[in-house]
Amino acid sequence: MKFSEKWLRELVNPATDTQGIADQITMAGLEVDEVLPVAGQFSGVVVGEILSAERHPNADKLQVCQVSDGSEQFQVVCGAPNARAGLKTAFAKVGAVLSAPDGGDFKIKKAKLRQIESFGMLCADDELGISDDHGGIMELAANAPVGADLRDFLQLDDFVIDVDLTPNRGDCLSIAGLAREVGVLNKAAVSYVDVEPVTPTIDDTFPITLEDSEGCPRYQGRVIRNVNMSAETPQWMVQKLQRCGVRSIDPVVDVTNYVLLELGQPLHAFDLAKLSGGIVVRKAKPAEKLVLLDGNEVELNDKTLIIADAEKAVAMAGIFGGAETGVTEDTKDIFLECAYFNPITIAGRARSYGLHTDASHRYERGVDWQLQGRATERATQLLLDIVGGEAGPVAEAVAEDSLPTASTVTLRQSKVNQVLAFAMPADEIEEILTRLGMIVEQGAEGEWTVQVPSYRFDISIEIDLIEELARVYGYNNLPVKVPTAELNMIAHDESKVTLKSVRNQLVGRGYQEAITYSFIEKGLAAQFDDKHEAKALANPISAEMAVMRTSIWPGLVKALQYNQNRQQPRVRLFETGQRFLPEGDELIQENVVAGLVCGPRQAEGWSADTAVVDFYDLKSDVETLLELGGCAEQFSFVSERHVALHPGQSAAIQRNGKTVGYMGALHPELVKSLGLTGPVFLFEIVQAVLLDGELPRFNNLSKFPESRRDLALLVDENVAFADIRNLALQKGGEFLKAATLFDVYQGKGVEPGQKSIALGLTWQHPSRTLNDEEINEVIDFVVSALKNEYGATLRE
Amino acid sequence: MENIQILLAEGKQAAEQATSAQDLDQVRVQYLGKKGHLTQLLKGLGALSAEERPQAGAKINEAKQALQEVLNTLKANLESAALEAKLAEETIDVTLPGRGQSLGGLHPVTKTLQRIEEFFARIGYSVAEGPEIEDDYHNFEALNIPSHHPARAMHDTFYFNANTLLRTHTSGVQVRTMESSEPPIRIICPGRVYRCDYDQTHSPMFHQVEGLIVDKDISFADLKGTLEQFLREFFEEDVKVRFRPSYFPFTEPSIEVDIDRGDGKWMEVLGCGIVHPKVFEYSGIDPEQFTGFAFGMGVERLAMLRYGVNDLRLFFENDMRFLGQFN
Repeated sequence: MKFSEKWLRELVNPATDTQGIADQITMAGLEVDEVLPVAGQFSGVVVGEILSAERHPNADKLQVCQVSDGSEQFQVVCGAPNARAGLKTAFAKVGAVLSAPDGGDFKIKKAKLRQIESFGMLCADDELGISDDHGGIMELAANAPVGADLRDFLQLDDFVIDVDLTPNRGDCLSIAGLAREVGVLNKAAVSYVDVEPVTPTIDDTFPITLEDSEGCPRYQGRVIRNVNMSAETPQWMVQKLQRCGVRSIDPVVDVTNYVLLELGQPLHAFDLAKLSGGIVVRKAKPAEKLVLLDGNEVELNDKTLIIADAEKAVAMAGIFGGAETGVTEDTKDIFLECAYFNPITIAGRARSYGLHTDASHRYERGVDWQLQGRATERATQLLLDIVGGEAGPVAEAVAEDSLPTASTVTLRQSKVNQVLAFAMPADEIEEILTRLGMIVEQGAEGEWTVQVPSYRFDISIEIDLIEELARVYGYNNLPVKVPTAELNMIAHDESKVTLKSVRNQLVGRGYQEAITYSFIEKGLAAQFDDKHEAKALANPISAEMAVMRTSIWPGLVKALQYNQNRQQPRVRLFETGQRFLPEGDELIQENVVAGLVCGPRQAEGWSADTAVVDFYDLKSDVETLLELGGCAEQFSFVSERHVALHPGQSAAIQRNGKTVGYMGALHPELVKSLGLTGPVFLFEIVQAVLLDGELPRFNNLSKFPESRRDLALLVDENVAFADIRNLALQKGGEFLKAATLFDVYQGKGVEPGQKSIALGLTWQHPSRTLNDEEINEVIDFVVSALKNEYGATLRE
Repeated sequence: MENIQILLAEGKQAAEQATSAQDLDQVRVQYLGKKGHLTQLLKGLGALSAEERPQAGAKINEAKQALQEVLNTLKANLESAALEAKLAEETIDVTLPGRGQSLGGLHPVTKTLQRIEEFFARIGYSVAEGPEIEDDYHNFEALNIPSHHPARAMHDTFYFNANTLLRTHTSGVQVRTMESSEPPIRIICPGRVYRCDYDQTHSPMFHQVEGLIVDKDISFADLKGTLEQFLREFFEEDVKVRFRPSYFPFTEPSIEVDIDRGDGKWMEVLGCGIVHPKVFEYSGIDPEQFTGFAFGMGVERLAMLRYGVNDLRLFFENDMRFLGQFN
């Protein structure tokens, strides 16, 4: 909320400067966003009257004006199109100092413009730093006192303070509310405006029916006849409205807005002639229509509280008036509405129609439910002063049972001490609460009964009062310490691998960590996953961020694209984070670790291996991750297709036979369609599986020598090495310790369609030396098993 | 016997002329071998009288030993010269860069997260995590933000349907922890959060760390002390810290914390407060018996301040040139 400092000071005027007040209320929880002067720094500018304006003899666009400052007459050359005889405007006399747009000062001097002398300058808003308007020189009211200092006349020594109020402080959405707060903080008295009930001069009333008394417990209305809509809103009111960010519209609307700003009570004026029958406050009927004051037609729903007459909806209660029944320049009689609407009824309604108004903003947060009488009288008085007319009596429809009740809260000294770790003195407690408008009574020993004023919707329990105490006492004046606690051991499972060590492992292998968005483009998601339909946001920010990723790969691939477009040929990225897999009605949110490599194996260098990466480079990175948990033997890689991967270079990563991830080459079609330079290799593994390791277990070291035999096997090229190895391990007897692949060969000397595999087998017995006969026997067994199972033959 | 000295001198001379280990070995064989000149002299001892024999034998042995010492010294000299030559030949340019994989690096957000986690882990907080797709109850309702609450407008929530949303903060994890455990509770909850807001200073996805401590007699003073210490340790500077009243539905009193790093400007860095009794009630903790405080901070913001990053968007572009700066 923006407010004028001067207006505030009419109610409470502490001996604190502007910045001081801004700081004070910021530190009391009413955060000041900005403090702006209402005008630039200038002096020597007075109200001037143009006596005559003649065309400049030597320039089409200039006029030569005779300007009075009340005592003397000056000749001023002016370029503004609106300079005319009779206009009262801002006159900077010779010697006046204005602030230049660059921040400096400039002094007005006698000048010659196209041979005509000019003694001073007539000013537009922007030249005085009042607004950005440069449409013409200022147009002051006809009754402006000629010769008066403009700063005094327009009260320009004022500041607009913009305060960003939190939703709990609806009570501060008015000058009166802010003044109350400033009064509390400065221990200063606040003089609220005097409001005397207006004595009715006519008997006319308009009937009011509360059909929804839950939503509208109180509705006041008053008929005012014979208003003069051609009256002008007084300058002081226009000015105050402007400084609070409200545009002057017509005198009736201005008055209702003024009372809204002054007291925090929204009001609405109807053109009585356009209302039929009587006011009915009810919920809208389905599909009922209403044209709002801004000209837009809305289709109402049955959750919306409306003001209706006998025939039709005439306003959206607490949010916006209707166009058809609003006051116009032809209005003769008005019906002034002043109501209390239940915050819960209003909350969220405006937003559901894409609306946000000064009224809805206040009603959602809670308007003082005892304020309506005062606000009606205040508005009536101002209306009679400005537009005249005769006021009828105030008619009120009220549902006492539905009105809020004044809450009474018990406050315990012991709780204050506990929460604040500070024994705030009792008299201090009583004083702060009393200044806040609460009625404080001593209860049992160390307790108070506190009655909360009707404007404080945010106070209903003890902690609310403690917050008030802390806030007014000053958060920074309260004590500081650190918690004390028992030093209990925290459980630590040694078999678990930490995510930190997974990350560090990848960093050690040259990967940069990436963080990509969790929401991606729908089409891209489908290209990387044909098994899940990615969960779509109802209100995405853009099509590129529309569905929740079912894999980290699309994000990493987009990051690769970004880097390749910026001449980064070598990219190694990994990311950890959640993926979101819809499985039937269930949603599986699980953390995964994913990586991408592309480009040369090593960074460019004098001795670098600059061949581009292949499947086995990535596989080695993945294997080191699997080894972190100390149970690498539980993992296996199985050739398996994946929609995003090259069908011949793609593997499911399995743990004890269960798929826990995939790796492989990005499908060449995707490489092409995404405009990438390939090949690109990717992996993704469920994080929990990586972190779930085993404790190391010691095995006795044998003191006896190892025996090794190397086998060169010829086998069909489609036989997987892992199968051969597994069979060898299975048939090699209990003393076979290792089966190491030391060569794979295809080419000269090996028939096409075949490959040669060189396998080193190592045996060791725990308690004796194995003899050649034993080993030869096992070898024969292994070789014949390999022959029977896979057609493997020993290479000659 | 006069020969001894002559033979010794000859042997020494021959040894000194040797240029290789082989030459030296030849000299050794020639003079000290089984048939060597000096060894032969020993065989001539039989011709001497019993009185003369010991003395002459000793002299011969002395000469043999003298020659052996010379040979040893010369051999050592030759070996070390050979070694030096070999080493000289093997000299390389040690300033050439090393071979192999270069080091990668962690994302600055992760670095910052890990740092924050560590400060709190060291004083007994444990890390708790939770789902990013949340239900309305855990993200709002259980945090004292009912559906009509104006504070919902502050959150710019991404929805899937009326009840399912992307978490707007990690506070849901606190709720889940309180539901499932008994005080004392000390947790921090790091993670991704989402707000439907995208411009230069807002990202629709960012990271938060929230913390919660619940115990008997946890106070406002404890909150101030903990966060003041944290901010000073995090920035490794004697930053000025101020506590400003604010409003969050799940804490009361609520606080925003500003810091001044010496330039006289207050910058908001985190929000916190005393856990609201209604939040305790939702999670089945007795607010009469226990109190607690909670805090939340934006990780990107802290990372920007810490490392001097000037544009939020850089964190999610994943430009290798940006990421590489934090290795």
